Amino acid sequence: MKLKPVAYLEKGEFPLEAGEALRLYRAMRRARFFDEKAVTFQRQGRLGVYAPFMGQEAAQVGVALALGEGDWVVPSYRESAMLLARGLPIHVLILYWRAHPAGWGFPEGVRAVNPYIPIATQIPQAVGLALAGRYRGEDWVVATSIGDGGTSEGDFHEGLNFAAVFQAPVVFLVQNNGYAISVPRAKQMRVDYIARRAEGYGMPGVVVDGNDAFAVYLEAKKAVERARRGEGPTLLEALTYRLAPHTTSDDPTRYRAREEEEAWRRKDPILRLRKALEERGLWDEDRERALLEELEEEFARELALADAAPEPRPEEIVEHVYKEMGPDQRRAYEALRRGLHVEEAW
Amino acid sequence: MVAEKTRLLNMVQAIKEALDLALSRDGRVLVFGEDVGRLGGVFRVTEGLQAKHGESRVFDTPLAESGILGMAIGLAMGGMRPVAEIQFAGFLYPALDQILSHLGRWRHRSRGRVGLPVVVRAPYGGGVHTPEQHADSPEAILAHAPGVKVVIPSSPERAKGLLLSAIEDEDPVFFLEAIKLYRSARAPVPEGYYTLPLGKARVVRQGKAATLIGYGGMVEVMLEAAEVAAREGVEVMVVDLETLVPLDEDTLLEAVRETGRAVVVYEAMRTGGFGAEVAARIAEGAIDHLQAPVLRVAGYDAPYPPFSAIEDLYRPSARRVLAALRKVLTY
Repeated sequence: MKLKPVAYLEKGEFPLEAGEALRLYRAMRRARFFDEKAVTFQRQGRLGVYAPFMGQEAAQVGVALALGEGDWVVPSYRESAMLLARGLPIHVLILYWRAHPAGWGFPEGVRAVNPYIPIATQIPQAVGLALAGRYRGEDWVVATSIGDGGTSEGDFHEGLNFAAVFQAPVVFLVQNNGYAISVPRAKQMRVDYIARRAEGYGMPGVVVDGNDAFAVYLEAKKAVERARRGEGPTLLEALTYRLAPHTTSDDPTRYRAREEEEAWRRKDPILRLRKALEERGLWDEDRERALLEELEEEFARELALADAAPEPRPEEIVEHVYKEMGPDQRRAYEALRRGLHVEEAW
Repeated sequence: MVAEKTRLLNMVQAIKEALDLALSRDGRVLVFGEDVGRLGGVFRVTEGLQAKHGESRVFDTPLAESGILGMAIGLAMGGMRPVAEIQFAGFLYPALDQILSHLGRWRHRSRGRVGLPVVVRAPYGGGVHTPEQHADSPEAILAHAPGVKVVIPSSPERAKGLLLSAIEDEDPVFFLEAIKLYRSARAPVPEGYYTLPLGKARVVRQGKAATLIGYGGMVEVMLEAAEVAAREGVEVMVVDLETLVPLDEDTLLEAVRETGRAVVVYEAMRTGGFGAEVAARIAEGAIDHLQAPVLRVAGYDAPYPPFSAIEDLYRPSARRVLAALRKVLTY
């Protein structure tokens, strides 16, 4: 099977209506804005350890915006851009990355679940969530995401096989950013494209230029439509690059060359899309400035909301372990709410 | 609430009846696992359920335990009530990431938004000369996973009512079924739908001399030992924990305080087994009443032996329980 990355921008093609293209751009720019703020805040001690996504906005936003209202996102920890595009309020995301409990209960209306920390465990769960829709007579599609390294895990294999066997309406997005923390793709696998594995599961596999928002969005749309028609899952591989460290605790200069980063910086998905919009007179410096002002205001509002969240209560440790507390949680709860440890309340 | 009319059923039949009733009563209940569909499960627990309830409600999955657990979690996330079967409890290990990292954490990490009413059934334990690695008792591993419940029935009647409670429960429940009890005896089981409370231990035999504490396949062993002791004029109390998590500490401690002597019986490997937790709770909560050390009768600190001629020495027997009883009674 010959695989070739789907691409539009590098060929100067513009396959979308102006409104759709602008919607993509705004969502990507908004995500980048958040990412930059988050990294700065982490440096200032105003956020916990953070996993930046800079460079992967097209891959994440392209898939998120291809979804319908009732569809679900099942993300890993790097998918903050996907969550934002899916409607998770910024203040909730700030609180999530502050490791504040108020940021962990996503609002009811947001069709996304909390990010996964273990690698690939989200894959079979996404399949289950997709099948639940079918049982309930809902036509929801699930988009889940994983990195190139994650595809080495057993759960990736099990989940894709289950999805194919049960024809589950899932879009599996692989953001192939070339590295699993420090281990390059070539040491992770011997195949040229991860999407090639789709054939082994009996599902379509598609490779896209992951820094080309048009390519991601249009191929994701096709995959979502297929899934909704009952034709099963798709493996969508987006070739991209993490311009930032793995997390704010990582130092990529230990494992990647500066020249490589610079080369990818020139393929920045936001700059590429902006250039295409500007060439068609759909964007300019004034509009950019206005957008940034808007984002700055929105962020300030959301930050105020996040800052206003009350301090977590000690007893929140044992809340929501079970629907009804067991005797052991109850004992700890009674002590903690009085400002004591359980040993002090004996 | 227990219906009055009963029939004699073995544990396989009682569990099947519970699954059948749950499938009929609640359209969200799904039963799946390896070979549970057409074959009816390797122990025939699900026999006939696919024919009755259809292939979408009762179905075979690919042979992948982590996939089964992961899919169950996702189905529950989406509002279904999955009842997954893992063919043998010792086959749960490939799914431990799903179990330890996710199953019991979702409610906590989503601050109550995502609760997972998942039931995982698995046959466990030895005593029937199964092949290697088909006789494990991993209840302590499961009890050590945050946010899950662990239930182990000791009779057909208990199994039916406890399984129906587990399926109604809003949190994940591991339901371990002693292979030894599956077909060993038939006992009266009430007809119709009834539930038995989770999180409650029960005294299954009264006695003042000492307290035997165990669950699942060990209950009949403890009762056999108690019967022998009674013939020698020693009446011992027997406690069936039934639910390991959440543990009914009140009933446990009360039972120990009454006699002042306790022997904990479990067939898993002794070190780090659930009986160690029971002994620790007794030490914390009833030391003032103890007149002898708490003893454990458990599997030896070795893998469950696949060597059939000596296999039965591994699993606690009435003989071993009686030896421990003598020790606590003469301390």
